[in-house]
Amino acid sequence: MAGPVLEMRSIVKTFPGVKALSDVTLTVRQGEVHAICGENGAGKSTLMKVLSGVHPHGTYEGEILFEGEVCRFKDIRASEQHGIVIIHQELALVPFLSLAENIFLGNEHATRGFINWNDTLKHASELLRRVGLHDHPETRVADIGVGKQQLVEIAKALSKKVKLLILDEPTAALNDEDSGKLLDLILELKTQGITSIIISHKLNEIRRVADSVTIIRDGQSIETLDVKSAETTEDRIISGMVGRDLEHRFPDRTPFEGEAGAAPALEIRNWTVRHPIDQERKVVDDVSINVRRGEIVGIAGLMGAGRTELAMSVFGRSYGRYAGGTVLKDGKEISTRHVADTVAQGIAYVTEDRKHYGLNLIDTINRNISLSGLGKVAKRGIVDEHEERQVAEGFRKTMNIKAPTVFEPVGKLSGGNQQKVVLSKWIFTGPDVLILDEPTRGIDVGAKYEIYTVIDQLAAQGKAVVFISSELPELLGMCDRIYTMAAGRLTGEFERAEATQEVLMRQMTKDKEVTR
Amino acid sequence: MSTDVTARTPAPAPPGKSGGSAGGGLLQLMLNGLRGNMRQYGMLLALGLIVVLFAVWTDGDLLLPRNVSNLVLQNSYVLILAIGMMLVIIAGHIDLSVGSVTAFVGAFAAVLTVQHDVSWPVAVVLCLLVGAAAGAAQGFFIAYLGIPSFIVTLAGMLVFRGMTEILLKGQTLGPFPNGLQKIGNGFLPETGPETNYHNITLLLGIVLIVFVVLQEVRDRKRQQEFSLEVPPRNIFLLKLVAIVAAVLVVTLLLASYKGAPIILLILGVLVVGYGYVMRNSVFGRHIYAIGGNLPAAKLSGVKDKRVTFFVFLNMGALAALAGLAIAARLNAASPKAGLNYELEAIASSFIGGASMSGGVGTVLGAIIGGLVLGVLNNGMNLLSVGTDWQQVIKGLALLLAVGFDVWNKRKSGS
Repeated sequence: MAGPVLEMRSIVKTFPGVKALSDVTLTVRQGEVHAICGENGAGKSTLMKVLSGVHPHGTYEGEILFEGEVCRFKDIRASEQHGIVIIHQELALVPFLSLAENIFLGNEHATRGFINWNDTLKHASELLRRVGLHDHPETRVADIGVGKQQLVEIAKALSKKVKLLILDEPTAALNDEDSGKLLDLILELKTQGITSIIISHKLNEIRRVADSVTIIRDGQSIETLDVKSAETTEDRIISGMVGRDLEHRFPDRTPFEGEAGAAPALEIRNWTVRHPIDQERKVVDDVSINVRRGEIVGIAGLMGAGRTELAMSVFGRSYGRYAGGTVLKDGKEISTRHVADTVAQGIAYVTEDRKHYGLNLIDTINRNISLSGLGKVAKRGIVDEHEERQVAEGFRKTMNIKAPTVFEPVGKLSGGNQQKVVLSKWIFTGPDVLILDEPTRGIDVGAKYEIYTVIDQLAAQGKAVVFISSELPELLGMCDRIYTMAAGRLTGEFERAEATQEVLMRQMTKDKEVTR
Repeated sequence: MSTDVTARTPAPAPPGKSGGSAGGGLLQLMLNGLRGNMRQYGMLLALGLIVVLFAVWTDGDLLLPRNVSNLVLQNSYVLILAIGMMLVIIAGHIDLSVGSVTAFVGAFAAVLTVQHDVSWPVAVVLCLLVGAAAGAAQGFFIAYLGIPSFIVTLAGMLVFRGMTEILLKGQTLGPFPNGLQKIGNGFLPETGPETNYHNITLLLGIVLIVFVVLQEVRDRKRQQEFSLEVPPRNIFLLKLVAIVAAVLVVTLLLASYKGAPIILLILGVLVVGYGYVMRNSVFGRHIYAIGGNLPAAKLSGVKDKRVTFFVFLNMGALAALAGLAIAARLNAASPKAGLNYELEAIASSFIGGASMSGGVGTVLGAIIGGLVLGVLNNGMNLLSVGTDWQQVIKGLALLLAVGFDVWNKRKSGS
């Protein structure tokens, strides 16, 4: 077995008031794919920022050895010169520049300040081919999908003669197909001798590509496991991450028993929406769904299936161009033309993208929670801050939001806690129907369980829940009924008893060949 | 079911590191308390420093009663504009037209009162309405048609400046009726027993001190009730003493001259009123929400267009008030009135803690920012610094203030 290419010894990193890393030791062997996993806020990203020089030498304690040499990176450039390249969770590509320009950004093929285009394009296409892309290097980044953009990032890393590639949750925004391609590429790069560190929440991914996995918890490295060994099961990794044995991933749910004759809490009939720019395209095509009080109804679909588009277009017509269909609440037709009306009708939509559509990150927890239901803590247009604070304090306790006070800016919280704030915000509006769009995306296992419990309680209180997710196990674990969507259309409806991953996946991929 | 994440609970700074700075404990506490409002407190300190510096350099002339009174009168319009501008900037916009709108309203007031003998209270109301309409018109284009505020108000800047010249036919128009003049340079009436001071002003000052102290004590009690961290007692007392001393000094200075200017009273009402609206009203919250994250605010049911519209309407009304004050003080409407005032108002907001990307800032901050510029202006005038150098220095002050803030944010690791 090859020796270590990277050793990080007893890394300690302190931010004002917070110890992000208290003692982390990481050893990565030459040529392996090394996974790092841990709950959100455990310190994974901070560790990688220390490694890549985002947090320069001197701002942390401990020692970094790369290829046997002690390294003291003062910035990202210094670490890149050693062949350590990090690809962040948020892609760092310039949308209106071409693939080639992006690949060589900051590293241009130029003579005396003028770009040599022939050279640039030639090298760019070589790199693009290496990552399995066949787009023309002059294509604009904005014109290719997120999956491909991730590959362009890797091509960019390859252009820097990367020896150690760090990927921070690379598949978080990708669908299964693109994720698969990306993981294959990581394995392919491994055969070319490139060592990779991959931060991921997805245990099946880790099992697929990684050779070993280091678990980080509360700013400390807990253990490093050999993934190929038979003892390293998913449950084993999970228990390492949360520090306890995880018997159930989902709360026990009493199956929903429908009341005969009662009108569904929410019914959407023949809903059709056109793409905001490409008017020819129907993003949601004649979809009819319903959800009853106390029921959790799942919507399964791959990226681009139109799930989010369906939800957002219903919720205050916040997406696309309405092209037909009606919404019924408790059997009566309602208008959902504006968000405020829709909220007033008792409908809440919890977005899949909490940072852009869910929260004001620079504002505090209490103000974020109260925003949608501000009228409830205000009299004659004046907010009662005392009451507002108590409301927020209540949610902090019941939802177990980990923050010293409710006056903490939301941007400082971890993903799981941010998600709890978004959920609190919408629960506070007192809705009858909650549309939850990927409510557990990008959050750790422990927080997921807490969110499942909250969803379960909401249903038990008689609220109707629409649960949109691309993780089939969680839909199967939580829902009473599951719809499948593909390419904007409804392709199936299954009771809890008859749904399996295989059956759902078949319907989710149903008419893909038609749309392609 | 939860795991305790010790990494995220705020731990005290490791003793090894903070021990280096002198007087670790208390300083650390103060810094922690200040961190959230670093720019505002920093600017307050800077304001104090500037006052002391200029007081020394001018051999105390800066703090002569007459000059303090002057300082208030000179800067009141920029401060009024800064309040409105702060709202605009918090909402994530900018308004370049306010200087022109002030001039336009001043011209309108002159046309009404001087040329058409409209009584001054009617003229004031009409002027405020015209200003609000000017703001509303721009707000309509920005909010409902989605044209960037920079473009709309740049157009407004040209349009209203041009309309001012059309109204005035390029001439200066005056004088104004007495009542209107009072807005710009009048003082509170003199009553009561013969003291060496202006009685009403003294009374107002005392009322203000009592009010502020009560408010601070109540706030602190409330925070303690909610078991929030409060600054230690001696720091709190220090803060109270500082506030009381500052108010007392200003009151005595004004009271030993002609008393409090009327415009100061108007300004005070605006500061308290707008401060309250921004902090406690639904409308204020919505302004912060759309500036902080527009898509999220929309999806939360905030009627973003309406909020934006009213923010600009309000800016127009405040610009009108400022326009009246300038015209009244100069006792004439001039085509060149209010030139560059938009820039002073914008600079005040940024010095006072606003952010280019919106969502951050306070009314008090705008006032502090405006006063920093105002004292610089006044002090340099007393020192007979030419306007050429004054501009250079004010520009550098803006750069320094915002630069300090950026540096401070980066240091605290955000």
